[in-house]
Amino acid sequence: MSAIKKILQPVADLWSLVVGLQITGRNFTRSQVTVHYPRQEVDPEVNASYRGPIMLVAHPRNQAKPKCTACMICVTACPSSCITVVKAPVPTVTPEQEKAFQEAEARGEEVERPSAPREPVIWINDFSLCSLCGVCVEACPTHCIEFSHDLYSVGTSRSDFMHDLLVPFPEALRPATPEAPKAEEN
Amino acid sequence: MLSIIPPELIRIVVGMVAVMAFVAINVLVLVYAERKGAGHIQRRPGPYEVGPHGILQPLADAGKLMGKQLLTPIGADPILYWLAPILSFLPVLLLFVPMPFGPVLTVQEVNLGLLLILAFAGINVLATLLAGWSSNNKFGLLGAARAVSQSVAYEIPLLLCVLCIAFQYGSLNLSTIVEAQGSWPWQWNFVCQPLAFLIFLVSSFAETNRAPFDLPEAESELTAGFHTEYSGMGFGLFFMAEYANMVVVSGVCAALFLGGWKGPGIDGVWWFLIKVYALLGLIIWVRWTYPRVRFDQLLNLNWKWLLPLATLNLLATVFLMKVF
Repeated sequence: MSAIKKILQPVADLWSLVVGLQITGRNFTRSQVTVHYPRQEVDPEVNASYRGPIMLVAHPRNQAKPKCTACMICVTACPSSCITVVKAPVPTVTPEQEKAFQEAEARGEEVERPSAPREPVIWINDFSLCSLCGVCVEACPTHCIEFSHDLYSVGTSRSDFMHDLLVPFPEALRPATPEAPKAEEN
Repeated sequence: MLSIIPPELIRIVVGMVAVMAFVAINVLVLVYAERKGAGHIQRRPGPYEVGPHGILQPLADAGKLMGKQLLTPIGADPILYWLAPILSFLPVLLLFVPMPFGPVLTVQEVNLGLLLILAFAGINVLATLLAGWSSNNKFGLLGAARAVSQSVAYEIPLLLCVLCIAFQYGSLNLSTIVEAQGSWPWQWNFVCQPLAFLIFLVSSFAETNRAPFDLPEAESELTAGFHTEYSGMGFGLFFMAEYANMVVVSGVCAALFLGGWKGPGIDGVWWFLIKVYALLGLIIWVRWTYPRVRFDQLLNLNWKWLLPLATLNLLATVFLMKVF
């Protein structure tokens, strides 16, 4: 590089300072992107890409029931162990039914004893442990776990983040002896 | 009774009170303008919650700073430590004495006004050095060391540029220099001294420790530089001094290069204020545009570019003044 060019190049490069001022000046006049939260909320269309706390998908034939089959794969897959799922128990058989079954068996008929419904009775996501990694969403064989778009999730105590995911499903099975979700484990 | 008090004393007292009010209001307005400007450049609203559009935010900040506890760190020199912020802010009031706000609106006509401003502006460097040195903190000391080497270096091209104008008019009185310039923009000094104007502008950014030359308080490297240890109004005074120095530098620049209170139409204080606030706007704009320079770049820019150019400019001015 010649000596003259060595001196003239920095002078020519001064133009980049003007370009920088132009860029900030243009952004100064453009509209703002901030959402003033309590007065405004994020546009739902923009929010659609937000991955919030997980939620259960409804059963395709019965919207009042979750699609979940309580296979427990998500519980195994979750690296933070924040999912608690309890399968529906085998229905208790009344003594009369039991007697009828035994009689039928004695006659040599094939008896179909009632099996456990493939549904959960407890489905709790401890959001205070969840890191939204999405492993459960990918692991679920029935595609029944999804990220919600709940952007404004607020709680005043830690137990508020023990999300009971069966709440939106009125016909979901519940434990026979209703036991309150454990508030805190430790 | 009144005849005992010399009228000049009354003028100075009234002027100083007015200057104090002017500085205080300017600091509040500039803090707000700076934060709003930064916000809008980054496409966010800036302060918004305190008062309509956050207009009361600077007052809330001032209240917070005044309410905070003043802490002296262990191992710090208490006298020097608390002398530094006062020393940083006090000369600022003196800098406004020869400032030509308008045809008669000057606190005191000083025939060596420029010298007064440049001499007392140097005290700020000492205050920065004392602050960093006495606070017994490595970041403070590093910031102070940077501040001194930066201010000492950039004072030279600044002085050489001022000297060009002083040679041109044979005066160090700011009012005389303003009066010698015409009312129209092409009669102002930045037309015949464009290089001096640019060098003055760049050096004044460095002298006031403003971005892109804010190395003494580079937060990403030195937490807060020389004022790391200061709490409450100790920091507040440095903060006020920085903004007041910005106003002084813009005022001197407006008087020297942009025709001071002269302008198309009616001359007056409004032209001076318009020019000062335009320059302050530019300083804020520049701060939120350019990244901070590295320390070697800072010194290279000064010693390899600004100083030789300012010297050449001064020699050319002297030569032309002698010939014509």
